[in-house]
Order: sequence, then structure tokens, then C-alpha cells
Amino acid sequence: MEQAEAQEKIVTALTKKLKTKSKFYFNDLAKILELKPRVAKKYITQMVVDQALEYWSSGSTSMYGLPGTGKQAGAEHEE
Amino acid sequence: MAKHETPLLDQLESGPWPSFVSDLKQEAEKRAKNEKGVEFQIPVDVVDDLLGVLELSFKHKRTHWKHGGIVGVFGYGGGVIGRYCDQPEMFPGVAHFHTMRINHPSGKFYTAEYLRQLCDLWDFRGSGITNMHGSTGDIIFIGTTTPQLEEIFYELSHNMNQDLGGSGSNLRSPSDCIGTARCEYACYDTNALCYTLTQDYQDELHRPAFPYKFKFKFDGCPNCCVASIARSDLAFVGTWRDEIRIDAEAVNAYVGGEFPPNGGAHAGRDWGPFDIQKEVTDLCPTKCMKYEKGKLYINDRECTRCMHCINVMPRALRIGNDRGCSILAGAKAPILDGAQMGSLIVPFIKVEDPYDEIKDNVIEPIWDWWMEEGKNRERLGELMKRQGFQRMIEVLGVDAVPQMVQEPRSNPYIFWKEDEVEGGWERDIDEFRKHHKR
Repeated sequence: MEQAEAQEKIVTALTKKLKTKSKFYFNDLAKILELKPRVAKKYITQMVVDQALEYWSSGSTSMYGLPGTGKQAGAEHEE
Repeated sequence: MAKHETPLLDQLESGPWPSFVSDLKQEAEKRAKNEKGVEFQIPVDVVDDLLGVLELSFKHKRTHWKHGGIVGVFGYGGGVIGRYCDQPEMFPGVAHFHTMRINHPSGKFYTAEYLRQLCDLWDFRGSGITNMHGSTGDIIFIGTTTPQLEEIFYELSHNMNQDLGGSGSNLRSPSDCIGTARCEYACYDTNALCYTLTQDYQDELHRPAFPYKFKFKFDGCPNCCVASIARSDLAFVGTWRDEIRIDAEAVNAYVGGEFPPNGGAHAGRDWGPFDIQKEVTDLCPTKCMKYEKGKLYINDRECTRCMHCINVMPRALRIGNDRGCSILAGAKAPILDGAQMGSLIVPFIKVEDPYDEIKDNVIEPIWDWWMEEGKNRERLGELMKRQGFQRMIEVLGVDAVPQMVQEPRSNPYIFWKEDEVEGGWERDIDEFRKHHKR
């Protein structure tokens, strides 16, 4: 799978769910890509580098989201 | 004059113990005076506001912190934990008060110069409050604002040869005991293994793809100073498989009172003359030792490496020469299903650079299994419980051995499979009936 294709799959799937959900576990993303976790990680890491995805962390658990989405996003960006 | 009245916190200072409240007040005062002329990059009264919000939480009996968020340094999914105060108008100094985890050096060896550099950086760009060290072992920098994060990371990584630690669904900063660097009990070089795995698994440390947190801890001997057996998903506990080395002369020197037992510990009162039977042989959990006619005997086959006799008489008894480690998996703290201790998966493995056997045959198969089958927020120990210990050893491709079973008819149950049993499950019923009536 090409990186661009993987990114499109992820962005489309996440945008579709945006009304109900803005943060996703890594496994959710691997399932969207229909890849094993280790293979999926390479694409997902690249998406973070390309700023198509961003990390979200509670401190104990990490999730992924589209940049600038979710309730907290506005509040967290420093003035 | 304190910025906020803190009568409830003040009470915490009244006991006989050192108080974190006193420490915080001291730091608040130090920042207010600023005798070194530091150009503080976050509010000077951050510590006053921290005391204020804590006092309010005591008063309200609920927290005023929110945690979690997108804050971090570019490319890293861990190392920074976003913290925000939900009363920012009242306590503006701690409105944004993020925690940074800094990967501690193996064995926690520091130079005074290095510690000074860390503290200077944190006085300049953070609150000045540290936690040395957090439960995982990291150096914890408590409280800074978002714009400081990249600056601190740059300084740490470019000028101090230092990296952030793990948080979130990452490999957490591996943690080890002082090991062969300073300890004669160490059965392998914990510092080397900890450092190597930290370097080799940078991707796992910084870019989260696990179902939940994952911890390695390395103990050089079964004294388990790092408590790896209780606190890590994968615990490496030093051990040996030959005999405890006995210096018979030194044993008798202990018996004769020439050497203080326990390396001179517990010396605060007179415990009377050393009694080897009462203090050593009778306390052996497997009763594998005896002291007769001035000679100590150990049946090493029965020894479980509890370390008690070696701890009491370190000059007389020493760890064996054929050394390595045992690996235990699945320990965790009690969020789901209660706390769990590690289960033994590898009774003995040699610990030799470049550690390929450990990486290829133990760590990576476990990660592959857990990443594929683990539910979100499920620790390795919970997956082991859900799918069974037998599944775990299948993943590792090792055979069950008695050391993996706590006691007969107790968990973990390990069942024979048909292909492991001679003749399978089929039997000749006529032959059976010749010996067993219906």
C-alpha cells in the first residue's frame, strides 16, 4: 500500500466518524488499514510526521486524532 | 508573605516527617527572592499557585486538575503529560502545568554537575519542582507551559545527551538496579541490558502502538531491589544455576562473631550472639541447608535463590558462577482484577551481549501477540489471564516446565495436547477393559 493511499483511508474513515468520536486507539487505525499492527505502525507514524494525524495522550493511554479536532483541541492551543 | 493562605496544608507540616509542603514553600520563596537572577520563562509564582490549588482541593475534597491532551514534542507520542488547572483565573501560574518525564540513566548514576544542569534548566524553563524519581524510574519535571516543551527537549537532547522517557501506550523507560557496577550479588550486567534495550527499542519508547503501557525492569539478583517481579510486564531477575559458593572459614568466622551478620545492618541494638541455626538455616524456605559439626551444607538442587543466607553472610556465601537471569511476565498494579505478580516464563537464560536471544525469542514474540490480541488498555498480565498461561508459552514456543506451576491443581493449568501424548486420545477399549471392569 502506498503512503498516500493509507492516509486517504485513515482520513476518510476518521472524518466519517468525527461527529461521534475524535480520538482513536492505534488498533482502530490498524483495522481501518486492514494491516497487522507492526506494518500499520510505519504508515501511522509517517502520518504523524506529515501532520495528517496527531497524538493524544491521557498520560497512561495514547490515542490518535485528526489535527485540531475534538473538544479539548481549542482549549489546549496556547494563545 | 505567602500568596495564598494554606491552613490545611500547614497542618501537614506539623508531623515528625519531612514534608513536601515545606519543600514547596521553600521553593516558592526561592523563586520570589531569585538571588541567582534567573530569567524565569514561566510565572514566578507558579509554586505559590500550586500550593493554592492544592489547598482548595483539600477544602473541596475534589481535584481541580484536568489531565491529558495533545501536548508533546514533535514526533514523540510520550514523555509529556498535559495537565491543566480548572481554576485558571484563581491560579494563573498553574493554568498549564505539564509534566515531563526524562529518561533516567541506567542504575541512576549521576554526576553532581549533571544534576546541577538538570536543575538549572528546570528552574529556568519550568517550576523548579522535580520528583526524583517517579515510579517507573524517570526523572519527573513537574509543571511547565506548552511553549517551553520543545525548548526543554532541544536543550536536553542537544546539550545534555538526554532523552525524554515513556508515557502513554508506549514502552516505558526501562529501569534497572545498580547491577555489577557496584553490587557483588548481581548475576548479570543490568546497566548494559537496560541501556541496550532502551537504545534498541527507541521506536517503541516514543511512538505509541501498544494496547497500553509496557514496562521492562532489570534486577541483578533475586533480592529484586527494583521490584521488577511486582512492577513490570517483563521482569529480568538475575539468578545462577550452579552452586552457591561457600567459604567454610568465613562461615565459622560469622559463627564465632568475627564478622557482623547482614553486612553490619540492624546494628542499632544488641541482638545477642549470632545464631546460624536460628538466623540462617531455620529460615531457609526450602530447608535445603544445615550446619553440623562446624560445617555448612547446602543442597543446591532444592535452593530457590531466596538470597536470605547470602544476605546474612555475604563474606561466606556467594552467588554461583554460571549466571544469567529468569524472565517473568505479566506483573501489574490493581486497576483491573487486582494486582498481579509476574509469572515465570523463562527459568534461566544467559544474558550476553548483543542479547539477541532475549530480543528475538522472548520480547518480540510477546509484543507481536499482545499487539494483535490485546484489547485496548489491556496489560500483558490481563491478556495472559484471559487467554491462559498455556497460550503464552505457545507464543514463546517453549515447553511447560515444573517451575511455571505454582503447585499441582492450581493455576496455571497446563493441559496436554493430543499430539504431545503418545498414541493420542484414541485407545483400544478391549485392551483397557482387560484391566479395568466396567
